Amino acid sequence: MTQPVFDEPGPEVRTPSHMRDGMIRPERFPNIWCPGCGIGIVLAAYIGALEKSGTPSRNHVCISGIGCTGRAAGYLNLDTFHTTHGRAIPFATGMAVANPALEVTVIAGDGDLSTIGGNHLIHAARRNVDINVIMVNNFNYGMTGGQHGATTPLGAKTHTSPYGNAEAPFNLPYLVAAAGASFVSRWTALHVRQLAAAVKRMMEIEGFTFLEVISPCPPTFGEYNSYPEALDMMEYFRSKAVVNHNADLRDVGVTVHPGDNLIVGNFVDKRRESYQELLDSLRARATERKK
Amino acid sequence: MSGTQGLLAPGNYFMMGNFACVEAALMAGCRFYAGYPITPSSEIFERSCSRFPQVGGQAIEMEDEIASMAALVGASYAGAKVMTATSGPGFSLMLENISLAYIMEAPCVVVNVQRSGPCTGIPTLVGQGDMMQAKWGSGDVETIAYSPSSVQQFFDLTVQAFNTAEKFRTPVFVLADQVTGMMWEKLRIPSEDEVEIVRRQVMDPSRREVPFDYSRDFIPMPIVGSDCRVNIDGLTHDARGYPSTEHSVSQGMNSHLMGKIRNHAREIWKWEEYMTDDAEVLVVAYGSTARSSLAAVKEARAKGIRAALLRLITPWPFPDEVVQKLGNKVDSIVVPEINYGQMVHMVRENASCSVVGVNWAPGTPIAPQTIVDALEVVSSR
Repeated sequence: MTQPVFDEPGPEVRTPSHMRDGMIRPERFPNIWCPGCGIGIVLAAYIGALEKSGTPSRNHVCISGIGCTGRAAGYLNLDTFHTTHGRAIPFATGMAVANPALEVTVIAGDGDLSTIGGNHLIHAARRNVDINVIMVNNFNYGMTGGQHGATTPLGAKTHTSPYGNAEAPFNLPYLVAAAGASFVSRWTALHVRQLAAAVKRMMEIEGFTFLEVISPCPPTFGEYNSYPEALDMMEYFRSKAVVNHNADLRDVGVTVHPGDNLIVGNFVDKRRESYQELLDSLRARATERKK
Repeated sequence: MSGTQGLLAPGNYFMMGNFACVEAALMAGCRFYAGYPITPSSEIFERSCSRFPQVGGQAIEMEDEIASMAALVGASYAGAKVMTATSGPGFSLMLENISLAYIMEAPCVVVNVQRSGPCTGIPTLVGQGDMMQAKWGSGDVETIAYSPSSVQQFFDLTVQAFNTAEKFRTPVFVLADQVTGMMWEKLRIPSEDEVEIVRRQVMDPSRREVPFDYSRDFIPMPIVGSDCRVNIDGLTHDARGYPSTEHSVSQGMNSHLMGKIRNHAREIWKWEEYMTDDAEVLVVAYGSTARSSLAAVKEARAKGIRAALLRLITPWPFPDEVVQKLGNKVDSIVVPEINYGQMVHMVRENASCSVVGVNWAPGTPIAPQTIVDALEVVSSR
């Protein structure tokens, strides 16, 4: 049997230009993401929502933290920032307060936003600062090789939880809603249309909006936790995701156990004054007092 | 007494150093402040919260110093002149994103009103323990810092810090200490036409330039919302701002970041000399310690010792040629510091004569007599 030869380049494949070439930086492709990863789907949903947002793309800013999802911003043909680990939200806060005309979106991973950056996440939700936060949750630190974090289900195996994770994970929609977010949503990488619709809604809302996207990560999470192939977790989403916009958020914790349901939906959509609006009235009071 | 656009009217005031710093920031055009309270810098934050909204700016409180510094870099790229203030433990937390400001070339001013350390140390008592942390705390970077000795200098050097930050597109420190921060003194606020204000050079998107053209020391800054569509990265990046692991890219970026400061060090250096013409012994000091040192030099002169003072207004970049020249003239140098020996190492590296540290850091300023004693010892050798 002939061994396949991998070190000879194959014929160059040229594809016709893609309808979204204008919104991405094709010169940066191929991207760094593994086969079966859900981040590209999230990126496409963001671009789709951005194009329908009514805000000119020059006013959209995309900010990422560090990690696999941290690379998302850099592939977009926008003003993009690749910041420090866990600090995308405070970076975005400073930018959005300094220029309220911007539509600022953070796309980052679960480890970045909820573990090292967890404090910033709850405080941004509490302030209701007008930024959009899209968190891709793959239950582990993928880029560093698969370690556990604040989203890793209890008992799940990673390279730093070889005998099963001994920490209970955050129930993120419950946490972020309790902290005061104006919009809280969860979908999976399978729900492409719902994702784009949720992101578009986030861009409409004045206030802190949060979307958790449950994503497969075959090589560093799925491999050790019942979902080794690219399609395995997608099949789990197809068979076990239950849409319930009115779910009691106390009950939406994720196990990704093959027998357990996964609750998805747009859980919170309520209007309250954004941080920028409150700062505007503060400024009006300060100027009034001075006169 | 309000002047144009909410700035204080020119004239003489009796003011705290920390307050003077805020008025200077406003005059320099700063309109964004993000902070976290910590003594002995808290008055800077408090006055900013009161004054910034009056002039159309914003002063916001973040959840910690890490977030404050991250917010500063974000606001800087939104086009604002930005500042924060802190002290030792808060400064340690800021270093992560000070490094981000450095690699992203985001101008910002970070004021450190130093307290007695290490760690939480003695809040609201004086220290000068962050001099080396400021230089090396963010890694392999080149640093610019000003060190005021009076309320007036706190004002003047804060304005200068903004100008330097904007010109060099880099974080600039004001390394004050509790004495200069909390001391009340006469402050003369100059009129706006007396003060040079450097405006930021911003990138023109229609020229389709690469954002990091390393053939130039000073590169216009792409501001968000102006259609530059640039990637700004905390990773080592090439001329387009794209991450790269190429040796040549790393070399090019770091040479630029270092070079834009090192190549212009002589124009950044600021120092003051007192009675150095016929000096045999020299005191090298900075911050509030320079005031104790001035009194000590006068006292030593009265005792017949040919003493002199070199005040380092810019501890960083270290004015090495100035110390080399004076070090060749005098027999000995005394370096009093409110720490256990930091800038003395820079002086020793550059001076050909003997260099002695006078180190006292229990939370009080160094008494002039302590420095006089040291001058008497070294001049009798």
